[in-house]
This record gives sequence, C-alpha cells and structure tokens, in this order.
Amino acid sequence: MNNEINLTLEVWRQDGPNESGRFETYDAKVSEDASFLEMLDLVNEGLIEDDRQPITFESDCREGICGTCSLMINGEAHGPNKGQATCQLHMRTFKNGDHITVEPFRATSFPIIKDLAVSRAALDSIQQSGGYISVGTGSAPDANLVPVPKEAAEMAFDAAACIGCGACVAACPNSAAQLFTAAKIQHLNLLPQGQPERWSRTENMVDTMEEFFGTCTNHGECHEACPKEISLDFIAFMNRDYVKAKIKNRTLSGQR
Amino acid sequence: MTMTDTSVRTTSPALDSKVPTGDIDTMWENHKFSMKLVNPSNKRKFTVIVVGTGLAGSSAAATLGELGYNVKAFTFHDSPRRAHSIAAQGGINGAKNYQNDGDSVYRLFYDTVKGGDYRSREANVYRLAEVSTNIIDQATAQGVPFAREYGGMLDNRSFGGAQVSRTFYARGQTGQQLLIGAYSALNRQIEAGSVEMYNRMEMLDVVVKDGETVGIITRDLLTGEVESHSAHAVVLATGGYGNVYYLSTNAMTCNVTAAWRAHRKGAFFANPCYTQIHPTCIPASDDHQSKLTLMSESLRNDGRIWVPKAFDDDRLAADIPEAERDYYLERKYPAFGNLVPRDVASRNAKTVVDEGRGVGPLKNGVFLDFEDAISRYGKEEIAARYGNLFDMYANITGEDPYNRPMRIYPATHYTMGGLWVDYQLMTTIPGTYAIGEANFSDHGANRLGASALMQGLADGYFVLPYTVGDYLADKLGDDVVPTSDPVFVEAENAIRDETAMWLSVKGTKSPEYYHRELGKIVQNEIGMARDKNGLEKALSEIPALEEEFKKNVRVMGDNTSMNVELEKVGRVADFFELATLKARDALEREESCGGHFRVESQTEEGEALRDDENFRHVSAWEWNGQDTSQTLHKEQLEFDYVALTQRSYK
Repeated sequence: MNNEINLTLEVWRQDGPNESGRFETYDAKVSEDASFLEMLDLVNEGLIEDDRQPITFESDCREGICGTCSLMINGEAHGPNKGQATCQLHMRTFKNGDHITVEPFRATSFPIIKDLAVSRAALDSIQQSGGYISVGTGSAPDANLVPVPKEAAEMAFDAAACIGCGACVAACPNSAAQLFTAAKIQHLNLLPQGQPERWSRTENMVDTMEEFFGTCTNHGECHEACPKEISLDFIAFMNRDYVKAKIKNRTLSGQR
Repeated sequence: MTMTDTSVRTTSPALDSKVPTGDIDTMWENHKFSMKLVNPSNKRKFTVIVVGTGLAGSSAAATLGELGYNVKAFTFHDSPRRAHSIAAQGGINGAKNYQNDGDSVYRLFYDTVKGGDYRSREANVYRLAEVSTNIIDQATAQGVPFAREYGGMLDNRSFGGAQVSRTFYARGQTGQQLLIGAYSALNRQIEAGSVEMYNRMEMLDVVVKDGETVGIITRDLLTGEVESHSAHAVVLATGGYGNVYYLSTNAMTCNVTAAWRAHRKGAFFANPCYTQIHPTCIPASDDHQSKLTLMSESLRNDGRIWVPKAFDDDRLAADIPEAERDYYLERKYPAFGNLVPRDVASRNAKTVVDEGRGVGPLKNGVFLDFEDAISRYGKEEIAARYGNLFDMYANITGEDPYNRPMRIYPATHYTMGGLWVDYQLMTTIPGTYAIGEANFSDHGANRLGASALMQGLADGYFVLPYTVGDYLADKLGDDVVPTSDPVFVEAENAIRDETAMWLSVKGTKSPEYYHRELGKIVQNEIGMARDKNGLEKALSEIPALEEEFKKNVRVMGDNTSMNVELEKVGRVADFFELATLKARDALEREESCGGHFRVESQTEEGEALRDDENFRHVSAWEWNGQDTSQTLHKEQLEFDYVALTQRSYK
C-alpha cells in the first residue's frame, strides 16, 4: 500500500504549434496508487515550485469516457495496458527505476498545440459531414414504434462506444482514421433509424476522412490501441457500405 | 406528519416565477399556446448564443438551429462531445409506462417533488415529467442505442426513489450515448450553417446594456484573445459547481465561472447549499488525488456495508470476526438496510469515519462487502451483475473486490442549486437563460437517480426553444448591439485587466494548491453535515484563504498561448466567491432537507428534519458588488398537488 516508486521521465516539450520541440528529463517520485495523470500533476506542482513552466497536457473526466486525454507512453497510445485510456493507467503498472517516454499523439492531422496537447478537430469534421440521423426535434415517432433486434442494438452500441480520443490515428503507421470513422458510421448504419441516409452518410464521411487522414493498410494497430477495443470488423462493414454507396444509382438512394 | 402553515409567507417582488395559472396538467400546453411566436422567416434575424455543449447546451443549440435562429455555440473543450454529461452512467427517466407497472407523468412528477424533499417548484417539475416521454422518442430516433429486450422493444430498469421501472439505459454509459445523440444533432446544424461552433472558447462575462442581455465576452484558450459576441439572447448551459469541493466526481475542468459571472451581472444565484453527495465512490488514496470515481449505487443491492466495532482497527477485513463488525445501516435502519437513500447512506458513512472507525490506509472509507452475496449466488453471478464495476475498482485501487471488501466513501456528485430561473428558464437578467444543471429549478434539495440527463435534455430540446421565442418576439427589428459599443469595450478591457493581474501576482503557490485547500474547508464545513459553528468557521476561513490566494498565487506562462494555469486561476477565484455564498446559504437555512443536513435540525432518531413553516422557500441571492455581501430574496413554494410529508426509512 502506498509504495512509492522513482521514475525518470522523458517528456516532449514544444512551446507552440510552429516551434521546434525537444525532450526534457524529469525525475518523479510517486505512489503506486496514483494515476499516470496524477503523476504528471505532481511533476507540474514541482516545476511550478521551481518557477519552471509546467507541462501542458489535456484531460477531463479521468474516468476513460470523455476522450480528452491522449499521450504516447513509451511509444504506445494510452500506454501499455489494453482497453484503457491514459487517465485509467495507474502507476503500479510501472516499477521503481523505470524510464518513461511521454510524447503527444503524432499525426499530420493532429497538429501540436503545446507540449503534449494536440488538436483533433479533424475528427469533428468527419462527424459533421454525416455522422447524424436527420430527425428534427419534435418529429420523432414513439420510441417503440420501430423494433430494433437486440443483436443489432448491441452491435451498434459496440461501435458507439468510441470515445473519439484519436488513439487509433496516433497508433497507425499511416495516421489513418478508419477505425474512428467506421465506428461512427456503423453505429448509425446498423440501426433501422439510420437506413435512409446510409449511403450518403458513408460516402460523405469516408470522403471527408480521406481529406485529412492516411490510408488503411490493415495493420490493426488501431484496435490494439483503442481504449474501447472497437472491433476491426467495423472497418470491413464500412468498406462494404462505401463500395455499395459508390455503385448504387444515387436516384435510388434508400433502396436496397 | 403534515405541517400546517400559519406564518405569513411572501415572495420577494424581485422574483416573478411567471408560473401560469390553471391546472398543472394543462399548464404547459396552454402556456405554449399563449406565448408569442416568431415567424419562420423572422427567426434568422435573431442571434442566440448558447454557452456549453453538454446535454442541455447541445440539444438547445441544435433545436434553435433547426428552428432557423442564428445560433452561436461555445465550449471551452476541444470538441462539444467532451462535456461532462458524457460521464453519466445509470440512465434517463421517462414516464413511458412501457412496463405497464402503473407509471404516469403524474407519478414521475410526484416522485421528483417528493425525492427533492419538497423544495422544488411544482409547475417546473410537472413540465419536466410531461416532456420526459418526448426525450426518449427523440433520442431513439437519433440512433441512441438504448438497451433492448429480445423482441426489439426498449428495456427499463428501476432506480432509487421510485417503485416503477422507468429508467432507460445504454449499458453503463447512458450519458455518453445521449450526448453523442445531441452532439450529432448539433453537428447536423453546424453542417447546415445554422449553428456557428466555437471550440476552445471560455465565456468570461455576460454583457448587459440598459438592463438587457446583449452578448458575452470570451477568451480564446489557444491564443488568449479576448473577444465580444453580440446576441439577442444568451443561454447558459454550463453545468454545476461540484468542483468547489476540489475532490468530486466532476471532470477536471468543470467550473462555476460562466454562471458566476452572470451572477455578478445580476442573475440571482439560488440554493447554493444544495449539493448531492453520492455514497458509493472510491475513497481518495493520497493527498495528490485529483478527482474521485463514482461506482453505480446498484452495488448496494448485494453489498453489505460495515466498519469494525473497534476504533483504529488496523486488521484486514478477513481477520475481523463477524462479532466485531458493525453493519451500521442494517442495525439502524432494519427496514431499508443497505438500501437507504443516498443522503442517509452518505451521512452515516461520515459519522463512522469521523468516529475513527474508517477503513483503508487513510482510514477514510467503509467496507462494501460481497462475501455473503458471492457465497449465495456464486462468483459468476456477481461478476455478471457487477463485473465492470469490480474491474474498475480493481484497476483504481489495485485490490481484488472478489476476495476482499471494497472500500467506499461518499463524494460530491451533482449540485441542485444554480442560477435562479422563472418558468421560462430566464434568469433575473432579461435575455439570459440558464438550463440543465446550471439552473436550480427541478430537483429541489435532492435529485433522484436518472433525472439529471432527463432535465438537461428537457430544457434543451423541449422547453427553452419555445420560451426564448416569447422574449425575442418583442425584439423584432432590433439589431444586435455592435461589439464596438462601449459596454463591450469596457467588459473586454476588464477581462484583459483581470488576466494581466493574475500574471503579475507572481506568488509562490499554484492555483491548484489553493483550489485543494479551499476544497478541504468546503468538504469539512459545508459537506454532508453542517452546523452553525462550522459554517461560521468556514465564513472566516474562506475569505482569509482567498486573500492569501490573491496575494500569493503563482500563475506561470503567458497570455498568448495555451495556458492551463491561467484558465484555472480565474475559475478558482470564482469558486472562492461561490464557497462563501454557499456557507452563508447553508447557515441561513436552519433546517435539514435533502442533501442539506443541519445538525441542529434532526429528529430524535437522528434523521433530517424539515421546517416547512419557515423554510419552504427558494433562497435566491442578489450580487451587490465586490465589497458588499449578497441580498437574500425568497421565493415561497406552494404545494397544491403533492402533500408535504416527512421521509422515514426505519
């Protein structure tokens, strides 16, 4: 209980989007029960005490659901543990004397803002291009009017569990956003409510994705890094829907 | 026992609730008909600002955009999807009666008023219950993957404070799924051009001219630039103030700043002493703990809560024989046992920990033990019921709850108080509205489970979009006040001066340090149990610490790039002012109700004792300037439909 461990951190510091960055080394002494981000909080408290600039990093809910936190920890998005966001990583995963490298998520479409903070606005652009069902407030029918097979609802949920953190992009050697985009598309495409816009949604979101991100070459690193363990199957479904969308006569949109 | 009211009760003339007359079940329908309308082609002539993009803000901005208003939405997050609504686990209530178990709008209304310990406004609560069914329809149509039965119909579960199953849920992440729904509706309007989205922008002031709202001042969190934005109306959907405790289940950046700045511009702040403390959270592990994590209180269905009978007992749970354990909830409340309401469970945990019978390395928790449940149902069944919660606990604490009891302790979770609003959700500043957790209106002194998501979406989808039109209709032909107007220029300069001031203090301690110290005072004196001495102590300690903070805070960095320290310092400053008001409000309310327990006001059995004769009112505080304390205004509450009773769980 409350064992303390000593660590050496190599942290990426970059003063602004257009500045060049460098690694800086810090010592940290922290309880094994602390979370990784609390460890960084502690380092920052020390830096402020020494009148040095604290490390800029982002986090919010610290429960693994908001998708704000990021970080490449020893080269792995969200660190070594599977199915966890950085905020859920605890220091007992490490041992006394460890060296830990901490870098921002790196991708051309995730420009660095400062130190470890990056912009993931490109993910919002994909969502805005079609990640919705067009139903205005007030025009919804009774919720039980359209039965949804439990299996379909469950599978849609598996896709909808994506927290939009961008780890899939950061982990991908091509900085591709297929897993994110597929999760968002398939969440809606798998539901009866999502059928009317299925083909236009798929086309628009994939095309927008390709404006920002690289090409998928089936490495599967995205799935390994995903804190919600989103399945690669969704990428296959997305590709299927994209091909269908492209070959369908658009005037018959909505028909199978 | 029903209290008879004999005193003369009057509402402050400053507080016109605008509750319509007539029967409660047709009130909203009639009011919708009597409100003024803005015709479709005129709507685009009005600009409405929405601050905050959680459930309330996203749904309001999307709906206003659909209606044709010119909407500007602001969030300090990098994306609207990150707002803290996302972390809600349990579910959302809706009076659908799909389970055929006797639910109705009236029953949901009744349960909510009673659950709020008779300190909410009946008319608002009825409307909330009424539109709850529309929310479920809307969310389902948007593709929210609620849990379903094998026939494809929606599933429900029951939740605390209700005897029917009316809670819709999406595994343990109903908040995220509902927020993704509202965010997708918002995205559709952003794509359509009716909503202009401003990410990473923090609202730092509401601008008022000739007594009416004319816009807001924001600070760009990436460049430090201070900007003005004009509008005909401003909607604050900026959440609650739970982080005044420092340690809470709120997200790191949750803060009271937007609401507080509006308060300083004339919006009355109501019932700041009402805070909900959730009983089943994981206790802090050391002084550097940054936040607390909540676990669903469904755990109390099978877990038994106990502490050692002996003080300062350092033995492991397994080494403490049955006869030396105190199952204090089962002992004190034989009828409800471990399933007493949130406030009762929380207060009792505090009592035993304060006595010195707490468990864990810091002696700051109580045991939640599944040994009996595991031997009765088997480990597999318990894993099926609570597996994800057990995993979460093991991940955070490093302890295996299948083999040793969990340790839990209550934590601040939700704030029922907030900006005072009338029936139309308008604050006391004409043209400024408050929705969702940011307002005070629907939960009284205690919120029932699965009702926060319901209220945020009710306000945003189905109430505000109507009521804002009633205000705007009279403004047809009025242009927005240009941002070159002196009111904007002065407000902008004040923010720039404030920022420069913080950077120039150059003290020795971080904003985080002062936030943590403030949190300790608030936790100790305005936490689960409050008394006169403690509150008076808080009222001397908070201003003293605040003074030190202003003289000695160290804000690193500059004002031209991302600066988390600079963001934080202004929020901590506002928490200081709120904390003082919270203590005053708690001191003034010499009764116990819901989440507000005054030690002086309890029954012989030690239960919360309301004083309906003297305190059946909303306390709304008016800002009088930096150096003068706020004035208290009272809105008397009338209960025409739900009879006042004293709760008992013996």
